[in-house]
Amino acid sequence: MREKLIEKGLLLVAFSAVAMIFLIAYLIFREGVPLVAKVGVWDFIASTRWAPSKGSFGILPMIVGSLEVTLLAVIIGATLGLSCAMFLAEFAPRWSVRILKPMIELLAGIPSVVYGFIGVVVLIPFIRRTFGGPGFSVLAAAIILGIMILPTVIAISLDALNAVPPLYKEGSLALGATRWQTLHRVVLPAARSGIIAAFILGMGRAIGETMAVIMVAGNALTMPTSLLQPVRTLTSNIALEMGYASGDHQAALFATGMVLFVIIAILNTIALVIARPRT
Amino acid sequence: MILRPLAWQRIVWFALAAMTLFTLVVLFFIIGFITSKGAHVITLKFLFGMPERMGKEGGILPTIIATIYISLLAIAIATPIGVGSAVYLCEYTRESPITRVIRFGADALAGVPSIIFGLFGFILFVIRLRMGWSLLAGGLTLAFMILPTIIRTSEEAIRAVPYNLREVSYSLGGAKSQTIVRVVLPNALPGILTGVILGMGRSVAETAVVIFTAGSSLLMPKSLFDPARTMAVHFYILAREGLSMERAYGTALLLIIAILLINVVAYLLMYRLTRKMR
Amino acid sequence: MITHSSSRGLARLFVVAALLLPLGCSRASKTAITLAGSTSVEPFAERLAELYTRAHPDAEISVQGGGSSAGIRACQSRICAIGMSSRELTPEEKGLVEIPIAHDAIALIVNARNPVRVMTLEQARDVFAGRIRNWKELGGPNQRITPITREEGSGTRASFEEKVMVAGMPKDKDGKANPAAFAPDALVQDSNGSVREIVASDPAAIGYISSGLIDERVAAILLGGVAPTEATIRSGRYPVVRQFLFLTNGEATGTAKAFIEYVLSDSGQRTLTEEGLTRIK
Repeated sequence: MREKLIEKGLLLVAFSAVAMIFLIAYLIFREGVPLVAKVGVWDFIASTRWAPSKGSFGILPMIVGSLEVTLLAVIIGATLGLSCAMFLAEFAPRWSVRILKPMIELLAGIPSVVYGFIGVVVLIPFIRRTFGGPGFSVLAAAIILGIMILPTVIAISLDALNAVPPLYKEGSLALGATRWQTLHRVVLPAARSGIIAAFILGMGRAIGETMAVIMVAGNALTMPTSLLQPVRTLTSNIALEMGYASGDHQAALFATGMVLFVIIAILNTIALVIARPRT
Repeated sequence: MILRPLAWQRIVWFALAAMTLFTLVVLFFIIGFITSKGAHVITLKFLFGMPERMGKEGGILPTIIATIYISLLAIAIATPIGVGSAVYLCEYTRESPITRVIRFGADALAGVPSIIFGLFGFILFVIRLRMGWSLLAGGLTLAFMILPTIIRTSEEAIRAVPYNLREVSYSLGGAKSQTIVRVVLPNALPGILTGVILGMGRSVAETAVVIFTAGSSLLMPKSLFDPARTMAVHFYILAREGLSMERAYGTALLLIIAILLINVVAYLLMYRLTRKMR
Repeated sequence: MITHSSSRGLARLFVVAALLLPLGCSRASKTAITLAGSTSVEPFAERLAELYTRAHPDAEISVQGGGSSAGIRACQSRICAIGMSSRELTPEEKGLVEIPIAHDAIALIVNARNPVRVMTLEQARDVFAGRIRNWKELGGPNQRITPITREEGSGTRASFEEKVMVAGMPKDKDGKANPAAFAPDALVQDSNGSVREIVASDPAAIGYISSGLIDERVAAILLGGVAPTEATIRSGRYPVVRQFLFLTNGEATGTAKAFIEYVLSDSGQRTLTEEGLTRIK
């Protein structure tokens, strides 16, 4: 009897995460849906003019901005992060890995606003001096986010590489393959799903990041056609304007959150499909 | 041109070494930069003084207290729920539509960006449930933000507990709940703690959620219903409003030290616990 | 192997955590009030609260940012005793008691190294509308202009739009001029402070902020030849002025009432003047 009660209680607890996600979705959609219905789905996601006080609610530039910044950030984070993980896993001496890994994990804990701040005081003036323009740009946001997700990508893909059974490696090396051939042909494919998980996690952090992006992206409302142009992402649109919004404008920001929700769901699904083991 | 495998290996080695070096230089530059600019700011007066003139002068004690309170509150709420969920998933059911729904919930929650948690916490806790901007509203919102991490890590830790330990307990007449409390959880503790510590670190570092739910008041919080400003929020405001760059660097350095301490404590705890168990 | 001590350790950990949590869960005492709203008003309210609580140690006043709308919403649902707004209330938001506490001039600022110091309203409009794109056209160096505006919904932006962006624009049949649209590629920041920081670090930038926040790294443009000074603001010669509002839901009582009285008193108004605003009384 008591055991049954405990089981029921735990089931209830276990459902709290599900309840929360539905509650969040419900609250956000309830505020956002009426506006999208009023404006029209197509006009909301495909028009380029955002002037809520004048009744224009187009968030296309921000959708493009979010995707562009996230994609670039993941490219930067994934290239550097995976290289770093491969080097540490296969070529670097063991003792150095034992020191470096905890330090890299520590870096994953640094608040994103600190990364944003470094961007403002170091990266922005550098871009302004080197390439001209205001400095606040797609490029700046992508670099800062790329660096921000690096520790996560390194730590998780390093774990994935280390989790490959040593037998695989030994077999390959015994057949006369070089370490690189072994890494490239045997270890990487075996660690594939873990590495992709690392990228997905990094992507999630990059597209969801708000404060650091507000600090370095410039938040302009143009369609970003050049890497040196300022850009506004979906998350920064919400955080920038929420404080002063009211009425339809506020609803439009919730609707922005809705679109963000949907985009993240789509990206995660795509990533999961790619990550599925090949048959 | 076809290169010999060993020549390839050399090229790859250099490329990877260069990228690794670059990555490490960038990451350690950040720590070095903050340390060199912030170290001289950190004095006893800075640590234990009250802020004056919006933080342009004085110390940051209320923000340190607020950070400790809010992150402890978040893990105090999220840990029982997270561990409970994990226990249910691992010990009470086989794979079924129910577990799939629960996992979907946790994964979906993990994908929600913090700004959405902020909006949600503001609407639900601050406005609807009339908590106002408060430690409680902030702690609750953060708790749901870190819940998926705790579920995931606890689940892994519980699954890693060898099955024969449970059998020993059952054979001695232990009920299921007793087995879980006496055998499974103690053995899974290091893994569970890792998740809790990770969650605590995220709470300490979070800005967007805290601004929307706990507010940004610089007063010393005296109860769960008081608004508060955490160190991360204080840093954001100092840096962004250009109130005091010096103090911003000092606060950033303290944040990094706090994360370091949390990690070190986690390692020590885990080390002690795993050793005890052997 | 299986240790009781480690499960006791876990229990101990939670006890410690519980003890460290705030000692009481009681609602804060009756003399504690919260102000919330406009980030433009926030720094001034913080200063006033600091001075007021120094004279009345039993009172506790916490000041929150969040933006005018958040403040209005919080005030309507009585989450805070006093809301702060730097914009006028919309018709749906009327019903709160509005108490103007100060005039605030919005100054057009450039980097101190930028030689340009005077602009007409029309020139300022064209700069922010993206029609003038080089400082050369304003008598400065041959360098692109980086205009920085505020986010949609900001009170500062609304006043700037109303006073500057309409300058010289054709009027419709009601006699109201339609403001020129801000250039879409203008940078957008969400606070006076961050606009000032960018202008202070980029010689090509131009932005607009509360004149009270100007420091030595940035210079105010004489708009139509008029500098934002107390005299020009009070006489209405300086063109871009708005009011800062305190809002209450019904008549204020207790600490809120006393604090508002202090803000409107001579010493409160003097403090606001010292901090760069212009007195309302």
